[in-house]
Amino acid sequence: MNTGFGQTLLLTLRLASCTTLLLFILGFPLAYWLAHTRSRLRMWVESLVSLPLVLPPTVIGFYLLLAFSPENVLGRWLQDTWGIQLVFSFAGLVVGSLIYSLPFMVQPLQAGLEAMPPQLIEASYLLGKSRWTTLRKVILPNIRASLWSGAILTFAHTVGEFGVVLMIGGNIPGQTRVASIAIFEEVESLNFGQAHQYAATLMVLSFLMLLAFYWLNQHHRQWRIR
Amino acid sequence: MAHPLIQANLSLSLSGNKSVFDLSVELSIESGELLVITGSSGSGKTTLLRILAGLEKKALGKIHSGTHIWQDSATKTFLPPQKRPVGMVFQQYALFPNMTVRENIAYALPKGASPTIIMEMLEIKELIELADNYPHQLSGGQQQRVALARALVRQPALLLLDEPLSALDPVMRGRLQDFIRETHQQHQLTTVLVTHNEDEIRQLATRVICLEHGKISEQGSPETIFPQKKNALKGIWLGVEGQVGKVKIGDNEVSVSFTHLVTPLPNSGDWVWVSFGPEGAVFLKKEGQ
Repeated sequence: MNTGFGQTLLLTLRLASCTTLLLFILGFPLAYWLAHTRSRLRMWVESLVSLPLVLPPTVIGFYLLLAFSPENVLGRWLQDTWGIQLVFSFAGLVVGSLIYSLPFMVQPLQAGLEAMPPQLIEASYLLGKSRWTTLRKVILPNIRASLWSGAILTFAHTVGEFGVVLMIGGNIPGQTRVASIAIFEEVESLNFGQAHQYAATLMVLSFLMLLAFYWLNQHHRQWRIR
Repeated sequence: MAHPLIQANLSLSLSGNKSVFDLSVELSIESGELLVITGSSGSGKTTLLRILAGLEKKALGKIHSGTHIWQDSATKTFLPPQKRPVGMVFQQYALFPNMTVRENIAYALPKGASPTIIMEMLEIKELIELADNYPHQLSGGQQQRVALARALVRQPALLLLDEPLSALDPVMRGRLQDFIRETHQQHQLTTVLVTHNEDEIRQLATRVICLEHGKISEQGSPETIFPQKKNALKGIWLGVEGQVGKVKIGDNEVSVSFTHLVTPLPNSGDWVWVSFGPEGAVFLKKEGQ
């Protein structure tokens, strides 16, 4: 196993971990709002959140590339004010993945929150508990299966990401060269052996993650029926 | 007469997909009473309870307990449910599925309070043997006892019970009625019970409020609201075998199966009132009681 392979794989896992963690923090409030709101905005927001499911990743990548480019307002503001350059950088990959994998975190969380009786939250408040205590002790433990589903799907989906990464990240070893990009490049260079190494690793990894997802689903169903 | 614990003048307008529901109620809850709120489905019983608990923030009007203002839409004062001295038992129990019976009760313990009350509650509500079980391992009646114990741990000034017995079978309902009555008497706890079960009203209420379409249509003692002679008969008590009592009514002797028996039981030969409802016969009281 060469260092390039290890480096690329580590970068892929780092990207998936960062995306999963950040998406949980950002996606939970959004899922909570969607699960409980009666606002007419709900269907608009739900449609927006689900957009990455149907759009070609290159479309998202293209618009992000334009938005992050220092020649445009957002990109210039980010670079001039904060010194952040999102195009062809790891940070840019994370932002792209957050948008690309958004529905994979928000939808399971929303389903879990919708299935939880609202009286549990109200009962906790009536027992004198704060919103924060209620979140930690009542809400999160009772949607743990959805939480794990969201985390596994987001992680797996980010590992398999290609189009968005290619558009805004390019192929810089150690910075933006993730496994899916590496496979593409190795095949183009006719290094089929190396491509196999990446492809087989991704396949096994993805399979194990989906296995965990379905095990969790079945386990949770039994838990509910019990 | 006891002093009022809560005085409220409330209105709330809820709009559904096709209909608008208006609630407009002025009520006073006396300290130590067991007030039953009854009425047909959709009359606003549960909504009223939820407003008292602080779960309906959009309600207009004022609720105050002495000088403490719980909510006042004019001054935009709103005491959140956490800050109201209220315990509530929901129709569907609302026990936390991720916690055991003991943990459910302990969760309600305020910071710094002595944990001895948890053991007390487990003992009083006969839950010791179930302490390490999870809610899904309990029967409906057991779950409701846990919910009641949990609501009492904070030692609330006002206990709200939202149709707590409606999902139980008649026998379990009778036992839980005893639990509620004992809890109310032991703690002299001001209690508001929502129910549409006449038997529960007769057994438990000290005062009844009837709601119709979001407004109070009638209020008074259970005897005035539901005159027992309407569907009750007087007969002579002839003894009891298990749950089956024998009552002599007029010249005809009948055997009846009772959904609820009060203690102490009448002596053989006493005159008793018996009500016949859709769930069977209900022993009401001894003549003169």
